[in-house]
Amino acid sequence: MKTWVYVDHFKGQVLPASWEAIGAGKTLGTVTALVFGSGVEALAKTAFTYGADEVFLADDPALADYRSEAYASTLSSLAAEHKPDAILFPTTTRCREMAGMVAMDLKTGVMVDVTALELQGDRIVATRPIYAGKLLTKETCSASPQIATLRGRAFPKPAADTGKSGTPTKVAAKVEALTNVEGYATTEGGVSLIDAGVIVSGGRGVSNNPTLTPPGGLDEKQTEIWRAQQGFALVKDLAAVLGAAVGASRAAVDAGYVPYMHQVGQTGKVVSPDLYIACGISGAIQHLAGMRTSKMIVAINKDAEAPIFKVARYGVVGDLYQIIPALTAAFKSKLGK
Amino acid sequence: MKIIVCIKQVPDSAAKVVVEGGKVSWGDAPLVINPWDEYAVEAALQQKEALGGTVTAISIGGESAKEAIKHALAMGADDAILISDPALANLDTQAAAQVLAAAIRKAGGVDMAFFGRQAIDGDSGITPSQTARLLGWPALTLSAVIKVDGGNVRVERAIEEGRQIVTAKLPAVFSLVKDFGEPRYPSFMGIRKASRAEIPAWSLGDLGMVAPATVISWPEVMNPPSREVTCEVIGGGSPQEIAEKLADKILAEKIL
Amino acid sequence: MDFDLTQEHTMVQKMVRDFATKEVAPVIKEFDRKQEAIPWMLPRMGELGILGICFPVCYGGQGMDYISLGLACEELEAVDTALRVVMSVHVGLCGMTLLQWGTEEQKQEFLIPLAKGEKFGCGAFTEPGMGSDVAAMRTHAKRDGNHYILNGEKMWISLASKADFAMITVRTDPNPARPTDGLTTFLVNLHSPGVTRGDIHGKLGVRAGSTGWINFQDVRVPVANRIGEEGEGFKITMSAFDSGRYTVGAGATGLIRAALESSVKYARERTTFGKPIGEHQMIQEKIAKMAQDHEIARLLYLQVGWMKNQGRRSTLQTTYCKKFATEASFEAANQAIQIHGAYGFSDEYDMERYLRNAKGAVIYEGSSEIQVLIQAGYALGERKDKALRCELPAYDAEAWQK
Repeated sequence: MKTWVYVDHFKGQVLPASWEAIGAGKTLGTVTALVFGSGVEALAKTAFTYGADEVFLADDPALADYRSEAYASTLSSLAAEHKPDAILFPTTTRCREMAGMVAMDLKTGVMVDVTALELQGDRIVATRPIYAGKLLTKETCSASPQIATLRGRAFPKPAADTGKSGTPTKVAAKVEALTNVEGYATTEGGVSLIDAGVIVSGGRGVSNNPTLTPPGGLDEKQTEIWRAQQGFALVKDLAAVLGAAVGASRAAVDAGYVPYMHQVGQTGKVVSPDLYIACGISGAIQHLAGMRTSKMIVAINKDAEAPIFKVARYGVVGDLYQIIPALTAAFKSKLGK
Repeated sequence: MKIIVCIKQVPDSAAKVVVEGGKVSWGDAPLVINPWDEYAVEAALQQKEALGGTVTAISIGGESAKEAIKHALAMGADDAILISDPALANLDTQAAAQVLAAAIRKAGGVDMAFFGRQAIDGDSGITPSQTARLLGWPALTLSAVIKVDGGNVRVERAIEEGRQIVTAKLPAVFSLVKDFGEPRYPSFMGIRKASRAEIPAWSLGDLGMVAPATVISWPEVMNPPSREVTCEVIGGGSPQEIAEKLADKILAEKIL
Repeated sequence: MDFDLTQEHTMVQKMVRDFATKEVAPVIKEFDRKQEAIPWMLPRMGELGILGICFPVCYGGQGMDYISLGLACEELEAVDTALRVVMSVHVGLCGMTLLQWGTEEQKQEFLIPLAKGEKFGCGAFTEPGMGSDVAAMRTHAKRDGNHYILNGEKMWISLASKADFAMITVRTDPNPARPTDGLTTFLVNLHSPGVTRGDIHGKLGVRAGSTGWINFQDVRVPVANRIGEEGEGFKITMSAFDSGRYTVGAGATGLIRAALESSVKYARERTTFGKPIGEHQMIQEKIAKMAQDHEIARLLYLQVGWMKNQGRRSTLQTTYCKKFATEASFEAANQAIQIHGAYGFSDEYDMERYLRNAKGAVIYEGSSEIQVLIQAGYALGERKDKALRCELPAYDAEAWQK
């Protein structure tokens, strides 16, 4: 199978899911990577190190900013000429649109946000979540090229082999302009609990670290709060690495460790993230009422008998002051942050 | 300003959706307006209030799709069109885009076509850009802020890295995110008007088209693999070792 | 006979439910604990048109019918009784009494701002020394030229400190032939000189609701504010109760439903002796009773709403509806606490608030005992409906929506 893989990038950085898509493409056959932009030759060369057999490079000042109409037209005209069997994209805001538009141009279809690929004869069978992940479907596309966007981190990232190199093939850019990019802005604000895909929560146990020495002059209650804030700092670090929201049990809020807006539970917010990491939370029924429908629950608690372990998929019986920083470091390296 | 909002009727997001006999079933949970489309209707009404004009809701479906349409009318949409034809039973996004583009052309004089960012059943989120491509209009997807000035529009699009600021000429297609504010409740007057409204239905013949081919099919639908109820306790010689194992397990579940 | 709700009714239900669950539910526990009314609640309900739901558009209302009023009350009380109490006094006791007994001038001047939610109304009948025995009221008014001079005190008045107007009945004839004669009803502007009012705290329930007392010291009330004729006060008060009681019964239906839904949810999650408690028969019995009582209460209030739509006198059916639903709601809350065990005993869950709220409803708007006496009167033929000089207008969709 001749598969094309679109390499998505922003301000000179490639989105790692693009490399994963190259890896997935290699399991189907040969891979031609596509790099579009302005001054992006270096990215094109990197594509070889991740396994691309060939790279098409459309490097043009008119493509400096991503614009769907120009990028889609560039890709569609190339595909009409070279007729690949399949085109893979990482699922990103840019690529969803582009894949959709290219499919309309080429009179084919897109399988969006795929988590697994198989080949049956010359047909790709793509597994993807539907109904907000409540169900899975195995989709096929009866036309050619078969186009799919791949969910980030659903496919393994190939190891980069700096020994591999090649010369990108220069291709023409289509520079049509229906839109004009004025610039970019950053957005403020943490992740909201209700919308969060990942939540890291702290409970009573977060204050339980006798080895820390509090500053002088604090009474018993203030010392407890100080300890808890050290613990919540660890929770927040882990949340930051995971792009997660920070939650808390009622016990932690009542004790004054964190403000009420973070409370998860019967009183407080009911959440349904993909991943809920409960740190130092015992798992009483009124907390469970607020997070029970999380797709996956991970619990870290000193007490092996804590009820939270009954609903957790993975658990660690240990000291969260040791485990959470280690987990933060592990994710940092594995997520390439 | 003539604004069209494309809406879809989907099972309630709280519904228990399972596969029964190879088919998707949501029991007796109600069908509702796709939540993202409700935000799109709200955004459209806000643009109408700022600029004057009309808001028309359109939806592809059968009799039951009229409920979603009536909700949009009750919120304040001026009128609505149902696109209904037996040949439109199972559409993929490409076919839906063809039908919607034809309807927008037939409606005539449309300045802005609004969509919710995705439908919570198919979850693909590509119909807006596909419709724009067929119409030859700018695709301003994931718009969080819209500012119209004469025949020009400036939007802030919500991308992974923050916001992208884009300008274009109208007419254009937009898909909306939540930033426009919570959708307004239907007013009582709106409820009365909506419940009495006769909603015109257009068939494929009215659109001057034959049934579009669908290329994407779902030969198999499955319940997700049931997750183990028993907890796997991760042990190890050191916190670092435990953390590495745990992180690997979590990443293997592909939910990050 | 069509027992289905119309599409219009279903949309009304959804709209009120969405408002109550999205905006009030997240904060209600906090205000209930503080024993404070939610400050934006009245203006917001006014803004959304809920305070004028069943008044003609030409009187500032939304032109919906009396069934819609009942449906709205059920949805509001499913979140908290304080929301429904607003409907009982502003719409029921005050607004609907104006609609029934007011002159055209009075409706123009007073009903329009009330229906639009620009002004708020309440009903002031109860006194420190008088509740069930309406004829024994002591607050009095004496004619003085173009005014009446009002003196006395009313107590246990919902929205006392928040309302702009009170529908109030007082004694105008100190020596009537019969105790129920000699009473007259007025719409009093509570910003008048001589009116003082305050809040009552320490109630068992409806703590996020504003309840208070109103004191009248030589308050001058224009004759134009007198509702009906002198001496019609008792009949007018009874009409007011017919309206208020309907909203109480419809609201209590919502409370039964809230207790039921919470109990079902908990019964599925909580396990004892190796299974979810919903599989134990004694829990099932409690839940089945709540479900049955909800259905009965619902049918009773919908019937009353339908009768009012027809312009038919519904005093008897309203007492059935009020007595049944309020008593059933207290029992439902009681059993819901039992189902939740220790958690039901804590304010972590809503059950204890439902019970405290439900207790008020069997006392106010005509205690259960009064309802029994009325029902017995009708059943034994002692009590018959006589035509009133003014009846509650039937619902007329076309006329009400102009």
